[in-house]
Amino acid sequence: MSTCSVSKGCFVFKPSPKKRRVSQKTAIDFRERNNASEDSELRFVTCQSLWNQIKSETEQIQEDLNKQLFDNLLSFLRRSHSEFQEKTTEWTCQMKSREIPTAALVLGVNVTDHDLTFRSFSEVLQNNITPYIALLEAKDCPDIKNLMQKLMGQLMNCYIDVDSLEDEDSVQVSQNRIRCSMTSLINWYENVTKKTDSETPSKKRTSSSRHWQSPPVVVIFKDMESFTTKVLQDFIVISSQHIHELPLVLIFGIATSPMIIHSLLPHSVSSLLCIELFQSLSCKEHLSTIIDKLLLTTQFPFKLGEKVLQVLINIFLYHDFSVQNFIKGFQLCMVEHFYSQPLSVLCCQVVDTKKRVNSLSHDQCENIRKLPSFRRYVESQVSEKQIALLTADNFLKEIIQKLLEDLHVYHENYVSVLRCLHVFTSSLPKYPLGKQIRELHCACLENRVWETEEYESSLQLARMLNKSDLVTMLQQCVEIFVSSSGKEFDKTVEKLKEFLTQFQKLEAEAIQERDVSVSSQKELQKKTDLYHLQKTLLELKESRRSKKLTKFEMLRFEVVDYIDSLVRTYLVPADHKTLHEIVYFNTASVLRGHLNAAPRIALHTALNNPYCYLKNQALKSDGGSISNKAPDICIVYKLHLECGRLINLVDWLEAFSTVVMAVEGPNADAASSDQVDDIIHARFIRAVSELELLGFIKPSKQKTDHVARLTWGAC
Amino acid sequence: MPNLEHSAYPAAALLQLESLVPCRESQVSTLLSIFGERQQFSFPSIFIYGHTSSGKTYVMQNLLSTLQLPHVFVNCVEYFTSRLLLEEILIQLQSCSSEPEQTSHVRCDTFNDFVRLFKQAVVSQELQDQTLYIVLDRAEQLREMEANILPAFLRLQELTDRNVTVVLLSEIVWELFRPNTGCFEPFTLYFPDYSIGHLQKILSQNHPPEYSADFYAAYINILLGVFYMVCRDLKELQHLAVLNFSKYCEPVVRGEANERDTRKLWKNIEPHLKKAMQTVYLREISSSQWERLQRDDGEPGQLKGLSAHTHVELPYYSKFLLIAAYLASYNPVRTDKRFFLKHHGKIRKTNFMKKHEKTSNHLLGPKPFPLDRLLAILYSIVDNRVAPTANIFSQITSLVTLQLLSMVGHNDQLDGPRYKCTVSLDFIRAIARTVNFDIIKYLYDFL
Repeated sequence: MSTCSVSKGCFVFKPSPKKRRVSQKTAIDFRERNNASEDSELRFVTCQSLWNQIKSETEQIQEDLNKQLFDNLLSFLRRSHSEFQEKTTEWTCQMKSREIPTAALVLGVNVTDHDLTFRSFSEVLQNNITPYIALLEAKDCPDIKNLMQKLMGQLMNCYIDVDSLEDEDSVQVSQNRIRCSMTSLINWYENVTKKTDSETPSKKRTSSSRHWQSPPVVVIFKDMESFTTKVLQDFIVISSQHIHELPLVLIFGIATSPMIIHSLLPHSVSSLLCIELFQSLSCKEHLSTIIDKLLLTTQFPFKLGEKVLQVLINIFLYHDFSVQNFIKGFQLCMVEHFYSQPLSVLCCQVVDTKKRVNSLSHDQCENIRKLPSFRRYVESQVSEKQIALLTADNFLKEIIQKLLEDLHVYHENYVSVLRCLHVFTSSLPKYPLGKQIRELHCACLENRVWETEEYESSLQLARMLNKSDLVTMLQQCVEIFVSSSGKEFDKTVEKLKEFLTQFQKLEAEAIQERDVSVSSQKELQKKTDLYHLQKTLLELKESRRSKKLTKFEMLRFEVVDYIDSLVRTYLVPADHKTLHEIVYFNTASVLRGHLNAAPRIALHTALNNPYCYLKNQALKSDGGSISNKAPDICIVYKLHLECGRLINLVDWLEAFSTVVMAVEGPNADAASSDQVDDIIHARFIRAVSELELLGFIKPSKQKTDHVARLTWGAC
Repeated sequence: MPNLEHSAYPAAALLQLESLVPCRESQVSTLLSIFGERQQFSFPSIFIYGHTSSGKTYVMQNLLSTLQLPHVFVNCVEYFTSRLLLEEILIQLQSCSSEPEQTSHVRCDTFNDFVRLFKQAVVSQELQDQTLYIVLDRAEQLREMEANILPAFLRLQELTDRNVTVVLLSEIVWELFRPNTGCFEPFTLYFPDYSIGHLQKILSQNHPPEYSADFYAAYINILLGVFYMVCRDLKELQHLAVLNFSKYCEPVVRGEANERDTRKLWKNIEPHLKKAMQTVYLREISSSQWERLQRDDGEPGQLKGLSAHTHVELPYYSKFLLIAAYLASYNPVRTDKRFFLKHHGKIRKTNFMKKHEKTSNHLLGPKPFPLDRLLAILYSIVDNRVAPTANIFSQITSLVTLQLLSMVGHNDQLDGPRYKCTVSLDFIRAIARTVNFDIIKYLYDFL
């Protein structure tokens, strides 16, 4: 991703709607930046196809997660107007004031994700309930007039053919000509419903059979919080008067809490509504599912390094709660990886690896030899093999293939063992290794997890688990291993099952033991003599202290030790693995630069150290001094950093002209230095107003000829 | 009881009208005497006011339609611009004419056009020998339209020189309408609130066909006993009566009590109605949910109301931003030093306070604060270093769109924007608890 802009900052890259046409060009871009020998085209194609897979996967996940919510909403919509259609003659229905059915849809504060939810929701609606849907946003509806216009525009267009949509002007005119009042909307609705009834073309038939005779008109307020009270009130009052003629259903998209309805609408208005509450899945759970399905799987060859993942998760948890942004960040990582890492050509499905490895060029082989992880590998080999690896490309390719397969196997095992470990750690008190699997994943990626204190303490805690918990955990682990794709787990499963049977045996023994203990208790009761009692109690205490571990405790130790051994073998951090650079994206700094834009720091750097962006040798300064070759605004900026809250313009100008004249000084006449040159004066004024535009200073009324500083500190 | 009498109208129609508008006989007879006979010119404009659901609209509608007087009925909220309003009046005029072919759309932008078109419409319909009534419901909206609309409507009779009377219905008094340039004074008529007796009478009028009128009247009596203190809105009471009636009937249906067993019935329904007052009446749960609960005999406790869901999940830094905003809104600026500087020394509250600060800041409400102060407080309350990234700034904006903060002054003020924190103390305490921040310690009011 690059721009033609010279400044560093955050830029919005809107996905182009006509992607096919553009992709050719981006492919060329991809190639231009790199040597042709580095398979850039293939990398681009790989990246594209991988992204498409991931995209469809995430969409599927989204759909599955929203299913429950949508089903509830759909049944609400079906219910909402059917009651009145069925029994209009009944006394209760005649007497009851008809309220507008309203769904309060609480979606959480991640407003950026709502768009997607609403889009898929309206799709679902269109397929199941009604073609008449209007999506309203607060920014389009500053008053009731605009709201009605928008509403009617959206509703009435839904039956206009595609070709008539093209000349929008005519639609606009006709819209203005149709009076935007509720009456015309009702007339339209009557016409439309009548038309679908009377018309017999097969297409219309199917649509009307899918919807019912008079489908409800659904009006969605996307961001309830931002609507002004008056607009909402007026709209509700108006539509409640026509609810008999127009089966309206309102849906309020709420980001914070449903309390907002009461604070926005007075009782006289909210009494016109029949509000039901719907709550969407929390975004944290959504993220967990995404991480589970995207990262903790061997389905996709591309992996995120620990730091990168941490950056993405931090942005999510600390800043926006937006799953879409997380996926966008993931996409960015992928593009960046395939773009910057020439060897990413090998980051593909296992079946393709062989072909791709064989077709590696010599340059690419050299690239592999340069990889730090590969060098470590080479150093660990015997000397003949070292030479062969470093000189013979064919031998290298064979080894690479083997190593890549190893890496794949490692991932398969890693995921299963990680899940298994998570089963244990997620039920420990205080969660020393984190509650979520993503925390555990990060910990394992970072370094050897078994060397950390948290791991030690969680093992300690695991050694104190009770039996029923332990058994259920073991059962869960067995399930995980059985369903995993790893081939090495047959033994593990056997071992775990063995543990389970041992536990069952213990249970049987425990019953016998209990009898024994009961009898000893009875013995104790028999002795009534104080001295003897004391003695026996002491004995009991002594025996308890030095008592050998019970069978259960032994077994528990064994289980925990076994899990520990699994962790030590399979949860090796990825960067200890050879060739991990091929599939892991690890340059967090790049990602941070892209996603965590720091406009003020960038601005400060640009003004304080213009060389950083302009790359002009003359500007290379040694820090403190102010070069007069720098752009005027930089000089003015640096000078203003030395001032207090109020800056005297005359002094500032003096200082500015001194700096600027520093070189010209010897040439210029000393006599004229008293009077500031007009040109310099103009340059100064311009620079100052530029600074004002950037928001560093503002005119002050406190003192004449002074401006106020607005920023403090270095950045 | 004053029977409606007027020589100009048939007695049968008057009798029917009387049955339709119980407890409003005196108002109706006043109106009738103002209206006079069909062909007589009436008062040019009549202003009727009274509380919500005191029967203004209902009475007017029934009066005009039962006596078959030519009329136009327009709601000013629905036709929110003057053009829409005037055109709507013209359209309704056309439709109440005998010639249905004249339904072409006319454009009417100004009141001048309206007067011209109005004259044409009336001529073509031969309505001149009858008074035409134009009723403007929710007339308070007229004040928000162009300044000439209201005065012009008040003297429409004079302007058009036709037999027309404009009736304005409103919930507020005429004094709040009177434009400062002066205008024609309409005849004002007040509709008083229905008394409890009136309500009882009106509500019992429509009893369900399955049960006797007395049975239903007893029910209404109980209902009013519970709800009259909080709600006098006839429509709302009617709605509540219908919603809860099935529960009232339950013992009778089950055969546990007969229809005259008032005490037993009262015991059954009273707690139920009290519950309804806390839930359905406040729209905490919807009426359809309430009905479903009744049908399934469930406890309303299992269904949480809207207000129960107060918890808002926020990103980590948003929480701190909100806390910082709350502190900035409720603490005096001078105290920042004491709260956020390491070596602030001990400042006693009594010496420290100025006179006007002795009142609690929480009683005075949030005060606006500049962005810089918000960020300064944020940096000092968050443990680790926060870089001033674009993400932080965009979070402030999203807090504003979520209405947790509000921007003071104009929206597009870029330099030195000022904000207010709009959340409650309980809310912020809940938020602070999730990040282990003891906010009470940092609030000047609780020092």
